[in-house]
Amino acid sequence: ATELLFSLLMKITLAVTHTHTHTQHVLQHRASEASVPQFCNSPTMIVMVGLPARGKTYISKKLTRYLNWIGVPTKMFNVGQYRREAVKIYKNFEFFKPDNEEAMRIRKACAAAALKDVTAYFTKEQGQVAVFDATNTTRERRAIIISFAKEKGYKVFFVESICDDPEIIAENIRQVKFGSPDYVDRDIDEAMEDFIQRIDCYRASYMPIDDERDRKLSYIKIFDVGNRYLVNQVQDHIQSRIVYYLMNIHVTPRSIYLSRHGESELNLLGRIGGDSGLSPRGQKYANALATFIKGQNIRDLKVWTSHMKRTIQTAEALGVQYEQWKALNEIDAGVCEEMTYEEIQENYPEEFALRDQDKYRYRYPKGESYEDLVHRLEPVIMELERQENVLVICHQAIMRCLLAYFLDKPADELPYLRCPLHTVLKLTPIAYGCKVESFFLNIEAVNTHRERPVNVDINRNPEEALQTVPDHI
Amino acid sequence: MSITDKTPSNPRELTQNPLKKIWMPYKNGLPEKTHISEKGLCMTNCPTLIVTVGLPARGKTYISKKLTRYLNWIGVPTREFNVGQYRREFVKIYKSFEFFRPDNEEGLKIRRQCASAALNDVRQYLTEEQGQVAVFDATNTTRERRETIIQFAEQNGFKVFFVESVCEDPDVIQENIVQVKLGSPDYTNCNTEEAVEDFMKRIKCYENSYETLDEVLDRDLSYIKIMDVGQRYLVNRVLDHIQSRIVYYLMNIHITPRSIYLCRHGESELNVKGRIGGDSGLTPRGKEFAKNDLKVWTSQMKRTIQTAEALDVPYEQWKVLNEIDAGVCEEMMYEEIQENYPLEFALRDQDKYRYRYPKGESYEDLVQRLEPVIMELERQENVLVICHQAVMRCLLAYFLDKTAEELPYLKCPLHTVLKLTPVAYGCKVESISLNVDAVNTHRERPENVEVSRMSEEALLTVPAHQ
Repeated sequence: ATELLFSLLMKITLAVTHTHTHTQHVLQHRASEASVPQFCNSPTMIVMVGLPARGKTYISKKLTRYLNWIGVPTKMFNVGQYRREAVKIYKNFEFFKPDNEEAMRIRKACAAAALKDVTAYFTKEQGQVAVFDATNTTRERRAIIISFAKEKGYKVFFVESICDDPEIIAENIRQVKFGSPDYVDRDIDEAMEDFIQRIDCYRASYMPIDDERDRKLSYIKIFDVGNRYLVNQVQDHIQSRIVYYLMNIHVTPRSIYLSRHGESELNLLGRIGGDSGLSPRGQKYANALATFIKGQNIRDLKVWTSHMKRTIQTAEALGVQYEQWKALNEIDAGVCEEMTYEEIQENYPEEFALRDQDKYRYRYPKGESYEDLVHRLEPVIMELERQENVLVICHQAIMRCLLAYFLDKPADELPYLRCPLHTVLKLTPIAYGCKVESFFLNIEAVNTHRERPVNVDINRNPEEALQTVPDHI
Repeated sequence: MSITDKTPSNPRELTQNPLKKIWMPYKNGLPEKTHISEKGLCMTNCPTLIVTVGLPARGKTYISKKLTRYLNWIGVPTREFNVGQYRREFVKIYKSFEFFRPDNEEGLKIRRQCASAALNDVRQYLTEEQGQVAVFDATNTTRERRETIIQFAEQNGFKVFFVESVCEDPDVIQENIVQVKLGSPDYTNCNTEEAVEDFMKRIKCYENSYETLDEVLDRDLSYIKIMDVGQRYLVNRVLDHIQSRIVYYLMNIHITPRSIYLCRHGESELNVKGRIGGDSGLTPRGKEFAKNDLKVWTSQMKRTIQTAEALDVPYEQWKVLNEIDAGVCEEMMYEEIQENYPLEFALRDQDKYRYRYPKGESYEDLVQRLEPVIMELERQENVLVICHQAVMRCLLAYFLDKTAEELPYLKCPLHTVLKLTPVAYGCKVESISLNVDAVNTHRERPENVEVSRMSEEALLTVPAHQ
């Protein structure tokens, strides 16, 4: 017998089948459980290919971060890491010489260990995508991986990065290799010298993916940091999304500024949502923001707002062109729009508790969840990747989602990230991550950050529920 | 773009546009548009010229038409310019492939003129008719011809993006010819064998002078080379957002035969009572639906899920397939909307595509949120989409190339499945009525859409309900 049950947390209807196995009564979810369609059937291995200092790890980390953010459980397996654990101390490039049999043995063992962990990730940890980050520069090594994947039923998608521009390579080495554990006690020139010889060790045996012989493989070749791409045999949705993402990212230095609107009238009253205008302090912030931005001397700054009055009023003070995005609108609190937390507790105590239990997945009645927000912000992220200097004037929940993407925060931390009013966050990509600078523009504002209370049970009493509500009028 | 020294102590007043509910600055009671670009994305700064490249029967016109349809649907004004069409208007009667022989001076002269005429129309469309993208559909197989186009674009400030289709599979080429060439005006008076033979010779005329886009010689151009109907792609120098979207779209479409089935949920309790939106259960009548063997997608609203459950197959729920959010008008009858929000009701009739319900959505918003559905439908094969009236209208408009004005009035009755099968350059539609009675939910645009109209005039076209 199948029943339709309504999930109170996510506000979705699921078909459950009651089946009896021996003495147990099991509920089986037949339809998709998540609030977004599941696009992965078999697990997928993304396999990097390329000489050292071609951006493989940069791509691997970024791709992993993006996939996790959009809800596809992904993990990266860096074979160099395994090697560092096996061979505690790195002496010099000689380790990588093709005739160093001892080292070859170790390196093969490391790759095998990494593949073993890939299997564990897929079978025991519900992973969907594994990014296998290593040079994988020989056909032999790639054949081993293909055979491994075939045996286990995993799909394989290769990402090869090809670049011969000596300046780019030198810059790569400067940005990420000098900080590597391998070179921690070396001076810069020594390290550079050693690394270049390391690259040479791979060069002789490097066989790029061959367009003829490998025409049945699924892959993307990235030439010269994105000038040109060759895409072959894209098999499914996730590979298509990966290709689209890889084709939109770039390495040109730039900064992304995130800010909320100035304090609003409803903020002052402790009410959530709505479409109110700025309070006098909020207006002051808008002016301060204009001064701040001017002082940053940003080249070609794009300014984005939501469709809501408070972000637009904030942008107006800048005196420049801005674009309104509906996708940047604050989370829709449905029936709770414009309520205070006290009112939510009074009218919807169960909802209030459910939200504290799982703030990421919780959907307001007739409203949205943080999970929904991520889904609607994906085109914003994609465009942010394409752009250079951008100032995004948005809202608390929105800013948390965007910040989580840039700072690789998991779903359970995302809804509790601190994004106070009247504070600009400047994000600058650096090495494998993002530098964050926080600028409080010295205009007082209410605090709108509500921490998770200790008691999240439905049967808690109002005081326990309201313990962490920030002050308001 | 620099921040001006404007004193910020007099911030501009904002007013909310009553139709689209967009906040805009105004002065002396009139909206000022200087600082705002709306709809979330300024897709193009300068207009873009997409130029197809390839031998005959490589799918250039198929791609041109499909791309044009997609771009218009997502709101980028686009038009295609097929040089073959210009040639047919000029040379009234097509005799044979000899017209295309490289040594046919008269023919070459005419063809060059046709290309020029088409480029002239492109210029007019992009500079005087607010077009944003023009698709220049011709073989463009020589570097010389492409150079002419590049110069034309440079003179006019247009960006150029080439789309080359390369294919040597004889089966695919044969199939192309059968699907679209035999029906061409060029071959109305030929039998199949004659037509195929002539067309093959026509292709041969181009082959000797064909210069494919070269990785080295053309490395500064922006292009995508599609090889073997999508097995492989070479993408070079994507310059901006719209080119990136075009590449993504072209990489997701395929030509494997399949059908897409669109239908609404079974009749619901709210339908019967004449109420819009909401999340209710099905009436007894609504539970009779044919079973099928497809990928099935529903929204997250109970009535589509109940409908899918009856099919007893796995299905996927998409939140973006939810019905249009009627905001403050959710669960109201049209009579109630007229009584409580007569101004809104009139504005909606004035521009149903762009009209946004207060705290709700517009059809224009729907199209934007449905774009990932369309992209995934392009990737998939046989799919049944169980959705809602406004959503179905948007999807149908995409497949049948309906304009924004027509879209909100497309007929999508309950208990009717529309089967869409791509054929030639378009889509065949079969309407399958399930012979189960249901209430009518289609409200035509009334004659009087003035804000000052009377209630009776507003409610003239409301369909009957309990």
